Amino acid sequence: MTASEKNLSRRNFIKLSGMTGAALTLGIYSTASGKSMELITAAEAETSGVELNAWISIDSAGKVTIINHRAEMGQGSFQAVPQIIAEELEVDLNDVKIIFGVGNEKKYGSQITGGSSTVRGSYKHLGQMGASAREMLKEAAAKKWGVDKSTCYAENGQIIHKPSGKKLGYGELVADASKLELPKDIPLKKSSEYKILRKPMPRQDTPMKTNGTAMFGLDKKLPGMLYAVVERNPRFLGKVKSFDDAEAKKVPGVKHVIKVKMAVFSTTREGVAVVADNLWSAMQGRKALKVEWDDSGFPYNDTTQLYAKMEEDLKTKEGLSYRTMGDVNRVLSKAEKKVEAVYSTPYESHASMEPLTCTANVTADSCEIWGPIQAPGWVQDDLMNVLSMPREKITVNMTFLGGGFGRKAFTDYTQEAALISKEIKGPVQVVWTREDDTTQGPFRPGMMYKVEAALNPNGRIAAYKFKMAGQNMDHQWPGAEKDAYNGSTTEGFLEPYFERLPHYSFADIPLDSPIPVMWWRSVYSSTNGFAFESFMDELAVAAGKDSMEYRKMFLGGKDRYMALIDKLEQVSGWKSKGKNEGYGVAITECFSSIVGEVVKVSKRPEGGVKIDKVWAVMDCGWYVNPDIIKAQVEGSIIMALGAATKHATTFKDGKAVEQNFNTYKMPRIQDTPEIEVFNMDNEEPAGGVGEPGLPPFTPALTNAIFDLTGKRIRTLPFDLEKV
Amino acid sequence: MAKYTLQINDKSYTVEADPKMPLLWAIRDLAGLTGTKYGCGIAQCGACTVHLNGNAIRSCSIPVSAAASGKIATIEGLSDDNTHVVQQAWIQEQVPQCGYCQSGQIMSAVALLKKNSQPTDKDIDTAMQGNICRCGTYPRIRKAIKTASKMMVAKASTK
Repeated sequence: MTASEKNLSRRNFIKLSGMTGAALTLGIYSTASGKSMELITAAEAETSGVELNAWISIDSAGKVTIINHRAEMGQGSFQAVPQIIAEELEVDLNDVKIIFGVGNEKKYGSQITGGSSTVRGSYKHLGQMGASAREMLKEAAAKKWGVDKSTCYAENGQIIHKPSGKKLGYGELVADASKLELPKDIPLKKSSEYKILRKPMPRQDTPMKTNGTAMFGLDKKLPGMLYAVVERNPRFLGKVKSFDDAEAKKVPGVKHVIKVKMAVFSTTREGVAVVADNLWSAMQGRKALKVEWDDSGFPYNDTTQLYAKMEEDLKTKEGLSYRTMGDVNRVLSKAEKKVEAVYSTPYESHASMEPLTCTANVTADSCEIWGPIQAPGWVQDDLMNVLSMPREKITVNMTFLGGGFGRKAFTDYTQEAALISKEIKGPVQVVWTREDDTTQGPFRPGMMYKVEAALNPNGRIAAYKFKMAGQNMDHQWPGAEKDAYNGSTTEGFLEPYFERLPHYSFADIPLDSPIPVMWWRSVYSSTNGFAFESFMDELAVAAGKDSMEYRKMFLGGKDRYMALIDKLEQVSGWKSKGKNEGYGVAITECFSSIVGEVVKVSKRPEGGVKIDKVWAVMDCGWYVNPDIIKAQVEGSIIMALGAATKHATTFKDGKAVEQNFNTYKMPRIQDTPEIEVFNMDNEEPAGGVGEPGLPPFTPALTNAIFDLTGKRIRTLPFDLEKV
Repeated sequence: MAKYTLQINDKSYTVEADPKMPLLWAIRDLAGLTGTKYGCGIAQCGACTVHLNGNAIRSCSIPVSAAASGKIATIEGLSDDNTHVVQQAWIQEQVPQCGYCQSGQIMSAVALLKKNSQPTDKDIDTAMQGNICRCGTYPRIRKAIKTASKMMVAKASTK
């Protein structure tokens, strides 16, 4: 990068945050090896020639700007990231301006927002940044006063000299501080010293989301921007044979009708885009478009057929081995007491409230992207390739996301928009209708499971054999080995269980299908969890033991797990449940967090079952904001409720059947049970918060229904009113 | 194409539109008020909820020609600075997660509370069942409506 390009990007940053004059700016840069991240000041960066990374900046007016490098899709990273920095920096969150970082993985490190990784992946670096800035300001003040640094402390955006009470605001110190050497490895505060961490600080984005000012992807407007909607192939892989745009072009406002494409894993999807000067006209134009598809050369899948294949595979194949111990088949063949079950979970759409959209402005030598994007770095990688442009020429801006759940970490919709903009030689906003969003995928893969176990007379498990059948997301990438095992086969299973199983085997049988699949909230745990924890319950029943007590048999000595299960037992009143009440428990772990849930159900007078209450205990180790955690677990439970009892994506003749919310039915306010969330307080490393609350809900629910009615539900979704 | 003068939040917006254009797009793209959202286009999700003559309607399913003669209120018109009691309650209870459905949720809640300042759980179910929230903020929406109700009652009693 030339000196002028470097300065230009710094100037852009200053413009972006509205700073004036001197500033103390600290960021992180990648070391030459690219393997680690180091703190650096702006001054140092200029002289040593590394690319300036700015995460925090304090200007001469004392205004603090913090950049949120991760996507905000509701999970609270917009709040958590600044909260961590502000704690160490000793500023009031209300005095801090938060802006979205532009996509730049070299600057900010990984910006992929997924796997519940934002806090747990960066909290130590973020803390160090805040602490380093604070120490530099302290040193600047001490120098100015001619006193020892140890006599000064930071509070509320000021440095105070303890003996005399002298104060200086950060704004008055930044010019001097920015010239100092950056201190590293400053000991961070102990959790007992936290002023804002671990507190339910109100979210900074809440006011914007209650008055309509928060900008989502569809709200972005660029001068001269056109709007596009795309007619895509309902069977995913079909090619455009021909199209008749005569009627479409007659719609007032329609400017272009063009053939388009986008890469989805190893396939190229074709479509026809109608581009107009307003969205409504584009939609009307598309209705008048006639497209002839060539749908030859690939199978048309039906849900019945897919599940029949998975069931057959589970019966006849051993699968690709992921994790084994001992000789599970031998022990099973000789066992006197065996339990066996087959579980079935459906394909699901992500169904974010905001449908997919992307705004792109591609010129001869640059590309600007705006949109609800979970992985700006990946979008850049993709567009560098597709547009043959260097990284510095591709700017990827994240707006607020109206939900993501994994779908918006993909680069298909962004590529499509960029290619349309390139073709029409102007800025364009591509909007997916709800029908497009619900039927085009990629989807959460539907999975089937077969679990078998041999029980000892005392109820302990002598052998445990787990097989999962269904599509492996990883097999879709170009060059992927179709006989590679699924690395997520045990995702969701409690780690201590492995130690207590003398013989076990976990394997998967991949299903080959053109249906595109990808990460959905909590990924494979969302379906694995149902199998693992339903089966655990079936074993408890077979062993004649209480479900909670049964799990304790395998968690003895594992303090963290025992503390969670004790808490769960206590808050749910498990031991004192009444007659005509069904209680079910499930405990899963994913993304380094452990979550246990208890569901209470009772019979409805008009038939069926209702959910009375859900208790959840979350152990995510080190945490930032307990209220955000509570909100994430509540939301995860309601999302699981939908997948368990309301909606599924089915396929007929190769096409997704459910198109909109009239057939893909979402849980609504009247379906929501009372939910109570508890957070374990410990110093374990930070685990994920956005997703781990989802997997335990469904098995806890079906276990509760078994407890109440004796009916075992193994196929999802099911109708609560028909139980 | 026809000319319409829309009364939105006590302001006039003169627009030219296809008479069949849903009010939603007239509000978002012609009047430039993007607080009202597109979620499904078939009146199933409530993200597009606005008020027409004081009643909550799904703007995606009413043509601009039918709405032109009425008084339209959108999220932007509730207050200048989040001072509407429902917005205050929403902030106090920390309702939004992604926030995309919230304009519609709030407009439905405002309409409910205007007609019934002390709704029961069943009243809330009935009034709010048309508004989907994928992030699952329903427990907080319910709590916020009750908080707004309390705030309204308290305000009324100090008059």
